[in-house]
Amino acid sequence: MSNKSGSILLDLKNKFNTLHWVVASLFIATFYVTFCNLVFAEGSIFHVSSYTVTLFGKYLCYAMLALAVDLVWGYCGILSLGHGAFFALGGYAMGMYLMRQIGDRGVYGNPELPDFMVFLNWDALPWYWAGSDSVAWMVVMVFVAPAILAFVFGMLAFRSRVSGVYLSIMTQAVTYALMLAFFRNEMGFGGNNGLTDFKEIVGFSLQSESTKLGLFIVTAIALAFAFFVCHFIVNSKMGRVVTAIRDAENRVRFVGYKPENYKVWIFVVSAMIAGVAGALYVPQVGIINPGEFSPLNSIEMVIWVAMGGRGSLYGAIIGAIVVSYAKTRFTAIMPEAWLYGLGGLFVLVTLLLPKGIAGMLPQLKSKFDEKFGKTNNVKTSTPVESK
Amino acid sequence: MMRFFCILLLSLSVFSSQADVSTSPKANMHETTETPSVVNDALIIQASKKLAASSLRKMPAQVKQFAEIEHPKVRYVLTQLMNGDLYYVKATKQIVTREKDTDGSYKIWHGISKAALPNVKRSALKKVKTNNAIRKSIRGLLAQLDLTSPDKGVRLAAMQELLSKPSDETVTLVKKLSLKEQDEDVLSLMNSVIYVQQLSSADAALQLEAAKALQNSLEPSVKNALEKTLAATDIKNIELRKALETAISKIEQKRSIFSIIENLFFGLSLGSVLLLAAIGLAITFGVMGVINMAHGEMIMLGAYTTYVIQQVFPQWIEYSLFMAIPAAFLVSGFVGILIERGVIRHLKGRPLETLLATFGISLILQQLVRSVFSPLNRQVAAPEWMSGSWQINPIFSLTYNRLYIIVFALMVFVALLLILKKSSLGLHVRAVAQNRDMARSLSIKSDWVDAATFGLGSGIAGIAGVVLSQLTNVGPNLGQAYIIDSFLVVVFGGVGNLWGTLVAAMTLGTVNKFLEPVTGSVLASIIVLVGLVLFIQKRPKGLFPQKGRAAD
Amino acid sequence: MNNKAGSPLLAQDHISPDTRHGVILYAENVSVSFDGFKALNDLNLYINDGELRCLIGANGAGKTTLMDVITGKTRPDTGRVSFGQQVDLLQLNESEIANAGIGRKFQKPTVFEQLTVFQNLELSLAGDKGIWVSLFHKLNSEQKDRIAEILKTIGLTANETQLAGALSHGQKQWLEIGMLLAAEPRLLLVDEPVAGMTAQETERTAELLTSLAGKHSVVVVEHDMAFVRSIARKVTVLHQGSVLAEGTMSEIQSNPDVIQVYLGEEQG
Repeated sequence: MSNKSGSILLDLKNKFNTLHWVVASLFIATFYVTFCNLVFAEGSIFHVSSYTVTLFGKYLCYAMLALAVDLVWGYCGILSLGHGAFFALGGYAMGMYLMRQIGDRGVYGNPELPDFMVFLNWDALPWYWAGSDSVAWMVVMVFVAPAILAFVFGMLAFRSRVSGVYLSIMTQAVTYALMLAFFRNEMGFGGNNGLTDFKEIVGFSLQSESTKLGLFIVTAIALAFAFFVCHFIVNSKMGRVVTAIRDAENRVRFVGYKPENYKVWIFVVSAMIAGVAGALYVPQVGIINPGEFSPLNSIEMVIWVAMGGRGSLYGAIIGAIVVSYAKTRFTAIMPEAWLYGLGGLFVLVTLLLPKGIAGMLPQLKSKFDEKFGKTNNVKTSTPVESK
Repeated sequence: MMRFFCILLLSLSVFSSQADVSTSPKANMHETTETPSVVNDALIIQASKKLAASSLRKMPAQVKQFAEIEHPKVRYVLTQLMNGDLYYVKATKQIVTREKDTDGSYKIWHGISKAALPNVKRSALKKVKTNNAIRKSIRGLLAQLDLTSPDKGVRLAAMQELLSKPSDETVTLVKKLSLKEQDEDVLSLMNSVIYVQQLSSADAALQLEAAKALQNSLEPSVKNALEKTLAATDIKNIELRKALETAISKIEQKRSIFSIIENLFFGLSLGSVLLLAAIGLAITFGVMGVINMAHGEMIMLGAYTTYVIQQVFPQWIEYSLFMAIPAAFLVSGFVGILIERGVIRHLKGRPLETLLATFGISLILQQLVRSVFSPLNRQVAAPEWMSGSWQINPIFSLTYNRLYIIVFALMVFVALLLILKKSSLGLHVRAVAQNRDMARSLSIKSDWVDAATFGLGSGIAGIAGVVLSQLTNVGPNLGQAYIIDSFLVVVFGGVGNLWGTLVAAMTLGTVNKFLEPVTGSVLASIIVLVGLVLFIQKRPKGLFPQKGRAAD
Repeated sequence: MNNKAGSPLLAQDHISPDTRHGVILYAENVSVSFDGFKALNDLNLYINDGELRCLIGANGAGKTTLMDVITGKTRPDTGRVSFGQQVDLLQLNESEIANAGIGRKFQKPTVFEQLTVFQNLELSLAGDKGIWVSLFHKLNSEQKDRIAEILKTIGLTANETQLAGALSHGQKQWLEIGMLLAAEPRLLLVDEPVAGMTAQETERTAELLTSLAGKHSVVVVEHDMAFVRSIARKVTVLHQGSVLAEGTMSEIQSNPDVIQVYLGEEQG
């Protein structure tokens, strides 16, 4: 143990365990859902309906989004209340592509223009819709659109050392402004109604069950990949610099790193992950509208991470799925109770569960060990204090 | 800032050469006072009987005679006659008016005293005869009546009416009247009427004179008349055209000045609302370093308090605001103290967690209001004295509610400054704000100060809610709409600096209102937001940062 | 800022001071004021290459502010600060100054509490601090040996995998010194290094600092006069934001101005 290279190896081994765990459980869950959807007939108790598949697909998108939020908040201390903006931008990039795929099957049957443009009496596509009918362009935009916003905002905010609650409020203001902007018909993104009535994606009908299943599987793969990327970043030297920035930004400066550059970079990466999540979300729910920019959405993402345990990547995934599942159930049974539940969750998690579910697990484990007399020196790290 | 504001108000009153404090001239014009002079009662009854019995041929003379009686009911009777609503009882020649009731029966009143005449049958009535010529003459008589009315407001209104459609006949009258007129406002309006008429004269010299004289008038109809004349004027008549053009451009210049002042006024009133909404936040954030995301809901609670008070005391709507202000302060302040004691206290030194927890509280409060009241908006009544406007000149008026709000916001601001500067609570609050540990070691109970500060900040938010209830509908989302703006104001002004908050609120309000006509309200708020984001990145500590070594 | 701001994704250029004249730090006519209070008042200070210099002075004399100015935390109102002859420090930000070779130990020990002792040192190692390098960085054997050596020097070998936040106050002081060593700066600014240390630790610190001089230039701010006496060859006394006296410890102690200021203050 005193051998330093040994400690690093041990470190790596430990970390790789969680990566394997997460990817493996994702794989098993995906396989299970796929299998039950395909093999068991409708009516069988093992059958997983397409509705449920899509629902799970949605949860996985949320999980990916939670990863993005956790990457900046949990590891870098940037509490973004505007990640919904990146999610929505990715979603709009996908939505534009899907809109163009409708072709002349829209209500107005215009082969070039989406219905809402015909309705607004526009006679040509706005310049920023150029290329939106190509898959490659869509994929590029899913990454680039959120990245540009994150880069510009990050350069402005981090360079001038805006941090803490100021930054949070700024992010919220930005997504709020975008929401207002996207509500306008003149923006050319369908205004209030957003983009909807999609027909097909890369040639597959969005109504067909197999497409739904396919989207679910793609989402699961994307989530696994996003987890891998985050995991890699967090466990590189980069991750340690970022953690150091979270805890003592000024000190990092005097060591010779430029925290603002690191922050911009990680913010951009996080935004791109959020963008991909949004892009996968849109074909599964069939609509993207300015409501996705609403500050409430963004703050809900934060509670996923808080609930799951920030500073823990798998915690973020668990948090997103648990809270979203609770929301689905609650809103089905008594819709008005959900906001009480969500509000209560905010208060309780911050007061009683500052490290979330992921923080609880080691504690439970050590209690368990204690009870059964195992001698184990599980180190519970000191609570994460944000700056 | 205060001084600036005073100067502004002063300059406003200087600009307004035709200032007038009548709430609504139109309303006065059609209402008549209910105290008929006893002397003329007999006269008017007699005349009215003649009117009823008169033949069509004699009618114009009768009407003229009737109009000469000095009696407050004259106007009413003539109006009824003009509208064809005047009847008389065949037997007594007593004039009456009638109105169809909801059940199809007719209500019949005595034409002059307005006493009900329940026993008169419809068949016993006959319409007083009129024709178009008579109606026209009545119109002229009525205008004349108004022109000579002892009430200045009525005279002004009548003059304004004339401006839009002057006739030779009335202008001659106005010319005559203008010699006797004492009131400057009325006189200048009379001159406008005369000159507008003169514009259509055949004599180019007169026209020129009129055009030059009219360049100081702000009446919309004067401008119309000038423009019409310009269009009709021969291209070769360069001198007149030039005079007309100068007059129009001068008027337009003045109008644009007034529209700037109007924007400024709207901006300041929006700024006042922002100030009220933000200043509580400035206190809690500045002193305690606590971001309270439920601040908007404190505002909302204040607004609902006003609603509840109006529901409980429907008979005292006029005084409801005076009750609501302390009540809202207490309700919101109490809830604020609950939040501080229950949640925020446990999250000291963890601003991001505080932000999240208070956001949760805001969701709960919103939902609570939805459950208790309704998700729908609630209408809060405005007391009589809040409505109406101060007509400064024909194109510029200040609505009373906005005016009161500006004054009220400044009062709250000053009161708060005094509390913080002069009271012992204020001293403790400032001590804790500057150095919490030091304050504690001086045996200042920082816990107590925190609770009191939070209560104060929330209470003021409640007061802001009362004000907002007068401007917008009261709904569960009321607070949310203001929370981001409030934060921006606080951040823009510099945390912990009340003067900064004042300047920031007023600036943001004004900028917003000046942008709005150009860009539309949505784009205006977007521009302001983006501008602020850029500003914050230039000066992260706001307009008036706290400097020094300790401020890190 | 100047062109060095550049894109965040580019690697940083390396700047090194020109010390042909034997002076590594020039601070000339530096003034700083906070809301009317003059923290530094037309201060002039020159540090020679390889020198060990002690800065003393009462609270508020401007010692920490001077450090802040040199490391880029505070911008002076007027004056010139340069590293060697040509590197204008006022044109650089904190991280650029650190990369140019000026290391700082803070008065209050600040280490990265959520990282292990080893990781703290790893982050402090000299080298490219750019993003891509960090992302794919692997320690080579030379660097590992360097960290092991530093751990031994600061006596924290046994605490290698411990979170820095769990260290005692004295250990954090040592770790911070270790971080300074890892960065291999040309100029070390050390603010109150022995506060909270035992007598034995103080002695070891004195040894360490004197051994560093020569290869590095060291500026030590300290209140502990015994400690200053034990290490100092040259001492600078700051008073009300300017240099009051400069010389050896005995010269300083017999300087009438110093006596007047110190005794006068103590009596008054």
